[in-house]
Amino acid sequence: MSIRVATRRIKSGFFTGLVVCLCFLAVLPLFLIFADLVHKGASSINWDFFVKIPVAAGQSGGGVSNAIVGTIIIVMIACAVGIPIGIGTGLYLAEYGIGKLGWFVRFLADVLNGTPSIVVGIFAWTWFVKPVHHFSALAGGVALALLMVPMLARTTEEMLRLVPNSLREAALALGYPRWRTSLSVMARVALSGIVTGSLVGVARVAGETAPLLFTALGNINFDTNIKEPMQTLSLQIFTYATGPFEDWHRLAWASALVLMSLVLALALAARWATRKRYGT
Amino acid sequence: MVGETTPGKLSRAMSTTFPQTITSAPSEPMAPASTLSAAPRPTRRHYGDRVYRWLLTALALTLPLLLVAIVAELIVSSWPSIHKFGFSFIWTSVWDPVGEVYGAAPMIFGTLVSSLLALVIAVPLSLGVAIFLTEFAPKWLRQPVAFLVELLAAIPSVVYGLWGIYVLIPLLRDYAAPPIRALLGWTPLFNGIFYGNSMLAGGIILAIMIVPYIAAISREVLLAVPATQREAALGLGATRWEAVWGAVLPYGRAGIIGAVMLGLGRALGETMAVTMVIGNRHDIALSLFQPGYTMAAAIANEFSEATSTMYLSALFEVGLVLFVITIGVNAFARLLVWRVARGTAVGSKAL
Repeated sequence: MSIRVATRRIKSGFFTGLVVCLCFLAVLPLFLIFADLVHKGASSINWDFFVKIPVAAGQSGGGVSNAIVGTIIIVMIACAVGIPIGIGTGLYLAEYGIGKLGWFVRFLADVLNGTPSIVVGIFAWTWFVKPVHHFSALAGGVALALLMVPMLARTTEEMLRLVPNSLREAALALGYPRWRTSLSVMARVALSGIVTGSLVGVARVAGETAPLLFTALGNINFDTNIKEPMQTLSLQIFTYATGPFEDWHRLAWASALVLMSLVLALALAARWATRKRYGT
Repeated sequence: MVGETTPGKLSRAMSTTFPQTITSAPSEPMAPASTLSAAPRPTRRHYGDRVYRWLLTALALTLPLLLVAIVAELIVSSWPSIHKFGFSFIWTSVWDPVGEVYGAAPMIFGTLVSSLLALVIAVPLSLGVAIFLTEFAPKWLRQPVAFLVELLAAIPSVVYGLWGIYVLIPLLRDYAAPPIRALLGWTPLFNGIFYGNSMLAGGIILAIMIVPYIAAISREVLLAVPATQREAALGLGATRWEAVWGAVLPYGRAGIIGAVMLGLGRALGETMAVTMVIGNRHDIALSLFQPGYTMAAAIANEFSEATSTMYLSALFEVGLVLFVITIGVNAFARLLVWRVARGTAVGSKAL
């Protein structure tokens, strides 16, 4: 009997250890990737990297200023298009989302959240590039916006659902119309959560490459015209990483480090916003 | 401001919840918060409400319209190919842009194999994370570890690809492939020489990428398991592991399967990282050491080179197949996860 108990204890201990090991293994790649990014990327980051544009293939030097500015512009376009639609959909789901349409939209938001980004890319190409026969940053931004909407909608709804219903009832009892209750009471309280959701959404699309391949296309020159093709860090990394030149690989690591820092800053900002919400 | 509510209605309202002073047209469905409505007497103020509602509904209709637009556009654009090749597109493997003959079997095969390989690796890891974080980890460790795992989801796909090319593949080539070959080289799965870009590398990269999704949702599912479930098992004398394995995991089984399916959906549609490490060879090879191809990678690589209508149309059909498979897998997974924690939005917090 006691042997049986002992084996069961040992088994329990063994599997507990196994779970700890698995968890460690799962997190390990994160550290490896960060270490490699810093190790291989940091040495190539200098002033030129931020202010110059790429030099001709095979030459050394140059920078990726066009890609950095392009990333920011395209992400801003994505925000301008995606955030109003995403948050509006979230408000709809929280305010009126109990009917059939609400269920359907909620379900679609969850399902479309996993749309392959390359499919969104070719869809954006057929709608925004093919008719005008011209690649553009605008098309890229819209493609990214389409990826943002489902996620934003669900986060916004969840954040609004966390707000106690008594607040809504109090506002309505004071004679607030429904739209003002929704906007200046409910959305106001949930604001930091919605900001967090938006930041996470931005962080996610900032590193996307696949939807931009056939929309923003990439550009070796510095260009801020959103009707023209535009370079982004992610496209730059793809080109440089798969190219044949040693110097390109170096710049790819440096660009990846910059992109990762940008994404990480957004993720940490999102976390900070959430903490503040729980702190008060 | 107040005053539309008649005294009788007010008293009735007080007995249930707070009175809602807003009138709404009788035909409008009730909102979640309101349990009653007062006399339908439109005044200027309700104008705002109506406009607000219409505006939000219009925005919410974006998603259904987007789905319809994507499906319609993919079907229309791939029609020449669908018309010419029919179902043979799915199971033939000739991909000849010059002869204008297209069969997507190797890509479909590659997509499925790389995703399944990713699941084989990622599921134990993700469940390890989820179980550790909900059952065994000390309280102070839970948040930081959960955050670290979430960060894995924040790394852009193209960065995974870069790391895959210059770190993972050399590692595999120098340290992992030789022993595997020595041990299992006789099986068809690990046959041949490992050159680097391969199904194996693609599967491992995908596994790392989907761990955070499966882990996050499994964790939420496990958190939703009632504490009584594990307390009862412990009370009957079960060890901690027996309580987890025998009482907690079976309770959340449907949700965990849903989480795994969502991970599968992610893996199927992943593009950049896979393109960069899988080798992009249009061929069906059983060995994981051989290069392969996926549907997403084919579109990424060949779309801008597709000059003829039929070539483009074939690539659109690849996109259509990919979209339908992914959406189907995702929809099934969502329904499973929803069933476990109905009403609460389990799983949607994952990025």
